[in-house]
Amino acid sequence: MTHNALFGKLTRSAFEHGAIVMGAGILMLLIACAVIGFLTYTKRWKWLWKEWISTLDPKKIGVMYLIVVILMIFKGLIDAGMIRAQQALAVGAAQGYLSADHFQQIFTAHGTTMIFFVGMGIVFSVSNLLIPLQIGARDVAFPFLNSLSFWLFAAGFLLLNASLAIGDFSACGWVGYPPLSELEFSPGVGVDYWIWSVQITGIGSLFGGLNFFATIFKMRCPGMTFMKMPVFVWAMLATMVLILFAFPILTATLLMLSLDRLMDMHFFTASGGGNPMMYVNLIWAWGHPEVYILILPAFGIFSEVVATFSQKRLFGYVSMVWAIIFITFLSFIVWLHHFFTMGASANVNAFFGAMTMLIAIPTGVKIFNWLFTMHHGRIHFTTPMLWFLGFVFIFTIGGMAGVLLSIAPFDFQVHNSLFLVAHFHSVIIGGVVFGFFAGFTYWFPKFTGFVLDEKLGKWAFWLWITGFLLAFMPLYILGLMGATRRLSHYDAGTGWQPYFIVASVGVILITIGVGFQVLQVFHSWRWREKYRTDTGDPWNGRTLEWSTASPPPLYNFAHVPEVHERDAFWASKHRRSPIPPYEDIVIPKDTPIGMIIAAWSFVLGFAIIWQIFWLVAVSMLGLILSAIYRLSEKETEYVFPAKQVFRIEHGDRYAP
Amino acid sequence: MNTEIAMHPNLALHHEETYEKTVFGFWVYLMTDCLLFGSLFATFIVLSHATFGGPSGKEIFSLPYILAETFVLLTSTYTCGFLGFAARKKEKTKTLLWLFVTFLLGLTFVVMEVREFVLLVLEGNGWSRSGFLSAYFTLVGTHGTHVSFGLIWMLVLFFQILFRDFTHDIRRRMMCLRLFWHFLDVVWIFIFTFVYLFGVI
Repeated sequence: MTHNALFGKLTRSAFEHGAIVMGAGILMLLIACAVIGFLTYTKRWKWLWKEWISTLDPKKIGVMYLIVVILMIFKGLIDAGMIRAQQALAVGAAQGYLSADHFQQIFTAHGTTMIFFVGMGIVFSVSNLLIPLQIGARDVAFPFLNSLSFWLFAAGFLLLNASLAIGDFSACGWVGYPPLSELEFSPGVGVDYWIWSVQITGIGSLFGGLNFFATIFKMRCPGMTFMKMPVFVWAMLATMVLILFAFPILTATLLMLSLDRLMDMHFFTASGGGNPMMYVNLIWAWGHPEVYILILPAFGIFSEVVATFSQKRLFGYVSMVWAIIFITFLSFIVWLHHFFTMGASANVNAFFGAMTMLIAIPTGVKIFNWLFTMHHGRIHFTTPMLWFLGFVFIFTIGGMAGVLLSIAPFDFQVHNSLFLVAHFHSVIIGGVVFGFFAGFTYWFPKFTGFVLDEKLGKWAFWLWITGFLLAFMPLYILGLMGATRRLSHYDAGTGWQPYFIVASVGVILITIGVGFQVLQVFHSWRWREKYRTDTGDPWNGRTLEWSTASPPPLYNFAHVPEVHERDAFWASKHRRSPIPPYEDIVIPKDTPIGMIIAAWSFVLGFAIIWQIFWLVAVSMLGLILSAIYRLSEKETEYVFPAKQVFRIEHGDRYAP
Repeated sequence: MNTEIAMHPNLALHHEETYEKTVFGFWVYLMTDCLLFGSLFATFIVLSHATFGGPSGKEIFSLPYILAETFVLLTSTYTCGFLGFAARKKEKTKTLLWLFVTFLLGLTFVVMEVREFVLLVLEGNGWSRSGFLSAYFTLVGTHGTHVSFGLIWMLVLFFQILFRDFTHDIRRRMMCLRLFWHFLDVVWIFIFTFVYLFGVI
């Protein structure tokens, strides 16, 4: 590739694409234009800047994470549909509608999107929205860092999407194994796009992990000891510990791969003394904890949902906590099961296999505890509860497939096959995605003041679960028949086509299910007066977040709650205590610097990808100067007067 | 108006809480940084024999030079301790002086390291030569980058103290800077041992 001082490797050809990518790019451009037009027409720019871009309020930041998550779910779903459509068509003489290279970019984008932007987005969305409220805190430990984390996440998201219009994306799978991802075999900018979008968003996740770890450690309200925290908070604490241990490894690994590509180093190259298997070890030393980073919050959500909708305290709180801790510990000593076929000795494989099987024990404990919570409870079969039951069914299938895979000799047979794909989609969709939907429905009224329509929600659930079974059960069979993953074409003689067609039908049903969810949100919003909750506690909740108004005021709690037992709000419902006088509350001032630093990071990433060296220097300088500017601000907080708290809590009429 | 806000009792309490939270958070950050270095150390150890026909550590490291570099950094940690004492007593001149001395020593360290790197590259033993040299440059360079960021941090603090005196912000940042500087020292001890000492033996 040629290199030019002004534009680096960026030439006109970077903007030339085939019809499908062109269409996607134009669609993206049209959506952007529509949003800009709408904002200008309704004169909302100032509102956007002041209320959202500059905000340090974790509740608003949580909502912004949610918006990115929802956008990325659509993108990931479209990718999935394109993959399955290609596989249903491209058999024998038919070549399908995608080129092999484009197909590879799509499955890479699908994995990257779903793990880094949907999965991690969900983790930090629920953290921002719920951790402060559940521990009785008014804010997170580091409000500015929180805003920076979100905007770094958003910068990574933009970089990933920019690859659609400018240049191309990685074709090396979502974990980018070398030597394929090295410059020698992937000379384009695709892998660089992958590295830097993941690197920037990963650093945001690391900051987020640090922030919420400190929040849970230092900001719990008086009386809330560790063993009085809701199980959701326990699950999030374990998640943050995993993030703190795992993400630095990812940062280092991506740095080294990037140095290989940009500076001709030899960490993972096939020649020059490099060691590609070291990359595989490092990426999974991060990657395995990563899957628990995704699933533990879902376990936390289900623990809240099951207890509330069974109107009963959670069964086996202490064993739940220890199960979480045990899973956290084990998740760091199983990474080798991702590559049993590397050729480690039988003893090494046996050790990692045995450790993997051990994880089934604490997970089983949790499943049984949830079921025992339902036992003799007053169960309300609401939509969140349906998602929970769907989770138990599908996650258990996926979990048992996982135990099969942990047996190294069996793994040798189905390594890299669709059996594996079916396994991890069972646990990730059945676990993380269903958990997210359960939590979304459960906490939706907390932040909007109205509940979601149950009937449409149930339709969405049944479509999703039927679609899921059709889309992934055939994949277990295909995997056992020998179909490897990531195939853009296969022979008719294999007899695989009918299964791929059934899987495609499943994807269509899931898509209709998603349509029902969109309709559900829109319909409930349209008739929100009908769905409004007067008390702010529509489900007869147990934990502190339900004790404040819905949606919660800026400061969360007018009085910092005091906790004496688990399920503090549930207990306080049976007690009446006089209201003490309100106090002045210190609140951090909003600032757009977090967004500005992230914007420079985006430019830096873009400049490195296209090797525009002057822009690398400029953006580095911009980054450092923005940080110094932030450090020079004098008063970063203000006092919210007690009088105003009174007004918000009691309405204007009673103001003193 | 501003002084009134600064004197608000809730705000004073809030600053105290912020100090405690920030120092805790900074410790946590240092631990994540420790893991980053841990990954690079592990990589270095795996690749330490991957010389691919190029030189090994024994042929290119000059232990006396590295020892001098080490002493410069260790001395800067020592002066950083004095910096802490002076800052705690809020002695402005002394604080600025120790900050300046620590900065100069840190800068000397970085310059010495860059000189070592440049000489290696000029001799044809750059980072592209072998896996071993890639790992060497990345590990030691990452430490050097951290030290350089520490230097920028010191400059910013220097001018903030010069123009603004000891606010609660300065007190907090001074504490974090000292933790950062001591942490980099500990990392360097490991680099000295595992990269240079073991490399030459």
